Amino acid sequence: MDDIKQKLLSKSKQTTEDWRGKILCYACLSLIIVLIVSILYFIVNRGTATFTQDHLSLTQFLTGKQWNPGHHQVGALPMIVTSFLVTILAAILATPFAIGVAIFMTEYAPRKETKALRAVIELLVGIPSVVYGYIGLMVVVPLVRKLIGGTGFGILAGTLVLFVMILPTVISLTADSLKAIPVSYRQAALALGATKWQSIYKIVLRAALPGILTAIIFGMTRAFGEALAVQMVIGNAVLMPKGLGTPTATLTSQLTSQMGNTVLGTVSNNALWSLALVLLLMSLVFNLLIRVITRKGAIK
Amino acid sequence: MMEITEKYIKKIETPVALRTQDLAVYYGDKKAFAEGTIEFPQHQITALIGPSGCGKSTFLRSLNRMNDGIARVEGQILYHGLDINNDQINIYELRKHIGMVFQHPNPFYKSIRENITYALKYHGVKNQSVLDQKVEESLQAVALWDEVKDSLDKNGKQLSGGQQQRLCIARAIAMEPDILLLDEPTSGLDPVSTRKVEDTLQELKQKYTIIIVTHNMQQASRSSDYTAFFNLGQIVEFDETSQIFTAPHVQMTEDYVSGNFG
Amino acid sequence: MNPKKTSRIAKHVIYGSVGLLVILLLFLIGYILITGLPGMSWHFLTSVSQSFEAGGGIRDQIFNSVYILILTTLISFPIALGVGIYLAEYAKDNWFTSLLRTIIELLSSLPSIVVGLFGYLLFVIKFQIGFSIISGAITLTFFNLPLLTRSIEDAFRAVPLDQRQAGVALGISKWKTIMGIVFPCALPKILTGVILSAGRIFGEAAALIFTAGQSNSVINYANWNPFSPTSPLNIFRPAETLAVHIWKVNTESILPDAHQVSSGSAAVLIIVILIFNFGARWLGNVVYRKLTATDKER
Repeated sequence: MDDIKQKLLSKSKQTTEDWRGKILCYACLSLIIVLIVSILYFIVNRGTATFTQDHLSLTQFLTGKQWNPGHHQVGALPMIVTSFLVTILAAILATPFAIGVAIFMTEYAPRKETKALRAVIELLVGIPSVVYGYIGLMVVVPLVRKLIGGTGFGILAGTLVLFVMILPTVISLTADSLKAIPVSYRQAALALGATKWQSIYKIVLRAALPGILTAIIFGMTRAFGEALAVQMVIGNAVLMPKGLGTPTATLTSQLTSQMGNTVLGTVSNNALWSLALVLLLMSLVFNLLIRVITRKGAIK
Repeated sequence: MMEITEKYIKKIETPVALRTQDLAVYYGDKKAFAEGTIEFPQHQITALIGPSGCGKSTFLRSLNRMNDGIARVEGQILYHGLDINNDQINIYELRKHIGMVFQHPNPFYKSIRENITYALKYHGVKNQSVLDQKVEESLQAVALWDEVKDSLDKNGKQLSGGQQQRLCIARAIAMEPDILLLDEPTSGLDPVSTRKVEDTLQELKQKYTIIIVTHNMQQASRSSDYTAFFNLGQIVEFDETSQIFTAPHVQMTEDYVSGNFG
Repeated sequence: MNPKKTSRIAKHVIYGSVGLLVILLLFLIGYILITGLPGMSWHFLTSVSQSFEAGGGIRDQIFNSVYILILTTLISFPIALGVGIYLAEYAKDNWFTSLLRTIIELLSSLPSIVVGLFGYLLFVIKFQIGFSIISGAITLTFFNLPLLTRSIEDAFRAVPLDQRQAGVALGISKWKTIMGIVFPCALPKILTGVILSAGRIFGEAAALIFTAGQSNSVINYANWNPFSPTSPLNIFRPAETLAVHIWKVNTESILPDAHQVSSGSAAVLIIVILIFNFGARWLGNVVYRKLTATDKER
């Protein structure tokens, strides 16, 4: 009897084992936390040097149209405008298309076809951005040249490439949000004599609105941050866009093509880091937007 | 609203395997079980019955400290003269002595053999012939050996529901526990499988003290020696099974076993 | 317009957009394969790339892509496993967990060029490692961690709770239950996640152009001493991957056969990624079946 008593009061190797496991997990956690903190620190630190070390004005950076950092002109407005333009235009093109496909997947298609479509979408997600850029260069740019003249490089080409790139993301997230709407909503509408389209348009799409918005913003996050594919078709001239077919530059394309040509610590280099900072801040904003929408949607 | 006005808890004269003293369980601020004082007789089957939500499963899970980290348990659980509801207790060692079988069969996604040997190896049994012998003995004990002896490498999840549950019992008794806790072990099984599990329990009580939570009153009446009736988070009556089902001391018990509520 | 008619039109529009999507995919893959495969030859796959004249191959680029992929997976898997296990098994519903989730989401929404520039700043400049395989692999780890963590967490969450109860009730520690009982059940899904993330790593270029670099040193494939500068295994040599090569050839090169080189490289890239994609499904299914033995009594 006392044997059992002693065993029950003994120290357990399991507790040590559990501790060791937990410590391993916490070590991994701290790595991720250190990582994000240092990313934020380094980019913010470098990105603000333009204003703190080189004493250039933030207003000039945000509203100026002349980008010539070698001569202390750091007007980033053309790039900011172009980045937003291609992002928004791509989202406008992708949204109806994505909603259509998502409705097909959740409302019309039999299970087998939905599965096949999911595979198609996964494949589209898997195609690397350089390949999109390459096809953009080979197919889209000549097409745009033929359609509206000019060089073919520019906002329209960038928009079309980004549209295809964000499409799979927007479709699959939209389909997820439609699927989350209970079947009873649809049945109720149909039972009241609504046509299938009425039930989809008036009930399902409305109820899924926060989810669809989130899907669009996810797509925009990706479009705004995409570098290489856009850089290959945008033309890379820091000029205010005058039309859909004139060469211009986005924040990412400018970073990609110029970072290697500048020396750390110079004004030209600092100005580029400021562009990176804008990118970082925008992805924070997109993230925040998604949070706000999800929270609002959840309350409803 | 029902209220518990009287209770009857029988004192056990035969050897006692486990005793609780004023056991209470809280989920956050909510009291899920209160004032449980009861003795479980050694090498007997005790059934815990009562309507759903009466706290019987909560009570059972407290007995081998499976509620740690989920609920707060107050009061004493006395086992071999030790209060095991205590921070000093090595709960892993405790669970080797007080085994548990769950409501839904949960064999590991491993071979039948490994289902039995995994925990044994973990606890330091290295000798292959000892392990083989354990596999055979414990499967024999639940009358599963003849059905699976030629396919010990088959995945445990491939067995039928009843076989899976008996495998889970075999897995628990391979640890040679003192006490076996079963939480509605037959609730998902068909009548034939249920019967087999009950027969197994009758065999097992020669060696183990068995405490079984059941929803099924026929099961309690035909396979247990003692029965405790739980209601509203308390133990209302505890007595020999024959007494409970024929002439209970408390009116509420009588109403329950005769099907007037629950 | 009457509702019935609208409903019919809507249906046609929806079917039309699905058709367009499928055509789009077929066009993309078809274009790459049709323009890329004819120029494909053993010579192309096994010779060194050229900077100024035609006839170069992509041997080193293929090796670099695979090598960086392996290193990145080796570095990111244990970290993602630790975080994934924490989130699935230990995390309580409190401010710390939600902070952690926010951080991971933030990391996954960062543009890869920003992550690449951070890697450039940290490894190439601060630590003075220079453009190198290891700078690239660690930078890709940053980019890979959030997604891999999520797929590992999901894989653990998909394992029924009762497996953990069974382990703990047998006196097995929680950690050993997680690693010995839950982890094997989660393995098929984890493998699928790892392979899918491998496809992403293989195709990534933006995070690599300023970390692993855009050029290659001379490599001698007979030299397997990882500390020798000419060894393919040396992690401190600059390394241009296949994806970076496509970008480089199309934007900055004066190769006479740039078109052919990039279409060939793109075809190789796409084929490898298709293999990853189908491989992930296939392997996931096979291991899943083996583990749960759903093919009852063959």
